[in-house]
Amino acid sequence: MNMETIRELQAYGYIFFTIFLAVILYSYLYHLYKAEKKGTRNYEQYSNIALHDNLDDAPVESRTPSNKEKE
Amino acid sequence: MQANHALNYDYSVAKCFTYATILFGIIGMLIGVVIAYQMAFPDLNYLAGEYGTFGRLRPLHTSGVIFGFLLSGIFATWYYVGQRVLKVSMAESPFLMIVGRLHFWIYMITILAAVVTLFMGIGTSKEYAELEWPLDIAVVVLWVLWGISIFGLIGIRREKTLYISMWYYIATFLGVAMLYLFNNMEVPTYFVAGMGKWYHSVSMYAGTNDAMVQWWYGHNAVAFVFTVPIIAMIYYFLPKESGQPVFSYKLSLLSFWGLMFVYLWAGGHHLLYSTVPDWVQTMGSIFSIILILPSWGSAINMLLTMKGQWGQLKENPLIKFMIFASTFYMLSTLEGPIQAIKSVNALAHFTDWIPGHVHDGTLGWVGFMTMAALYHMAPRMYKRELYSKKLMESQFWIQTTGIVMYFSSMWIAGITQGMMWRATDQYGNLAYSFIDTVTVLIPYYALRATGGLLYLIGFFMFAYNLYKTMTVSKAIEREPQNASPMAA
Ligand code: HEM
Repeated sequence: MNMETIRELQAYGYIFFTIFLAVILYSYLYHLYKAEKKGTRNYEQYSNIALHDNLDDAPVESRTPSNKEKE
Repeated sequence: MQANHALNYDYSVAKCFTYATILFGIIGMLIGVVIAYQMAFPDLNYLAGEYGTFGRLRPLHTSGVIFGFLLSGIFATWYYVGQRVLKVSMAESPFLMIVGRLHFWIYMITILAAVVTLFMGIGTSKEYAELEWPLDIAVVVLWVLWGISIFGLIGIRREKTLYISMWYYIATFLGVAMLYLFNNMEVPTYFVAGMGKWYHSVSMYAGTNDAMVQWWYGHNAVAFVFTVPIIAMIYYFLPKESGQPVFSYKLSLLSFWGLMFVYLWAGGHHLLYSTVPDWVQTMGSIFSIILILPSWGSAINMLLTMKGQWGQLKENPLIKFMIFASTFYMLSTLEGPIQAIKSVNALAHFTDWIPGHVHDGTLGWVGFMTMAALYHMAPRMYKRELYSKKLMESQFWIQTTGIVMYFSSMWIAGITQGMMWRATDQYGNLAYSFIDTVTVLIPYYALRATGGLLYLIGFFMFAYNLYKTMTVSKAIEREPQNASPMAA
């Protein structure tokens, strides 16, 4: 392959990855906001995991009862 | 589903690592100050025979602060934060207690052996990866133990969601595991070819490949040791100490994935204008610039967490340490990308501007955050208030002055040096010889060393303050919810 072709392929690759990665980034943002809108998640309340972290504070989200809970 | 009231978080391992942080901080920074003065006053090289030369001491300084001071700081905070955000006590699992203790002792033995071997001049000559193969194996063992402790604790947690700090601790664990293994692939020369001592080795990679693997490692050691775990700390300690929820939890998630993805491609900026392929260099440059975004994403998130609460900055020295840490993080993650631009790097590379950049990050961001974390932990671990707020305030200003002296002198020195190296007369001959640059730089070296000395003095104040907190400070009855109690 000559240099010109390599450069051309590189340029296409560059465009492709730029678009592809931008799409992924924005989809993730979209996913975060949508999950909150639909009410499946409330991300902001997770801050409370740090703020209320005594051993006898109620967990923000408990693990399901199927997990063995030691007392 | 309330936990058993008699049950408490178990801080015994966190305490051990706290002592180690202080011990190795003193050793590592003391050696740093010595080598800094050696650059200003070369005669200081001859005080202790071969053991006191710059070449011997430099890797001891870097390994001492990175793998001694900082790693034990990371482990100390992990054994504290991990339990709390997962809402499970290590004491609930005798197995995890044993793993934690073993982790600490193997760590101590390994790092002490590292100190001894480096003093003896035994090393692989790979920057930040100097340890010889027997010690590398010990590092792998202690790392695996840490992994067991992380995932073991996650396995028995009560809190379903992993708090953002957990993500960063896990990333530290996985990132370093991968980097360390690949970069330290080495051939023990005695066993393979009958050459050298039994502990000698050479890298499995050669030439340019070795350089590329080395800086993929070196750069990401910055990422996964100097950055990721420190972000883990600040996401826990700043909200907790100030009582403010993270400004935007969603932004913390976005920055996390951004940082993870972008960091790994940026290592090429350490090898600009070298023999590595051009596209690797260009990629390193570009990704370095993009790296500003996720870095500032976390830093700004932390600053905005203090929104409407800036009064705390005046009242609480711990908040001051953390906000300054975050600010220095912004400074070094702006400075780094600038240095990664090819034309800027042509001037900056090999000059003192690089250590200037390094120490904005390490002293300002890493050092301040680690000390603030230990200050926050102390009243909770020892059930006593912090010994002296005044001492803490003075420490803060002494160390901040030290950092400013350090980076301003190195910026001037580095740019002077770079300009002098490149200067030519009208016929294209170099205008200066190397020694000309050295003589010009001596005053800046003296200034830098003194800045470092101020930082070290501050570290002694920190150690003293913690020691007094552990031993004589007033006992507290209830664990403080947010702001750490401290005596005037
Ligand atoms: C966006 C983030 C950053 C970028 C793009 C970046 C970029 C760079 C560049 C271009 C160099 C100089 C390479 C050379 O010419 O020799 C460098 C060196 C270095 N940086 Fe950064 N930096 C960043 C953040 C940080 C932070 C936060 C720290 C520490 C906490 C740090 C620690 C270091 C260290 C230790 C070196 C020296 C490596 C050596 O031994 O040569 N960097 N960085």
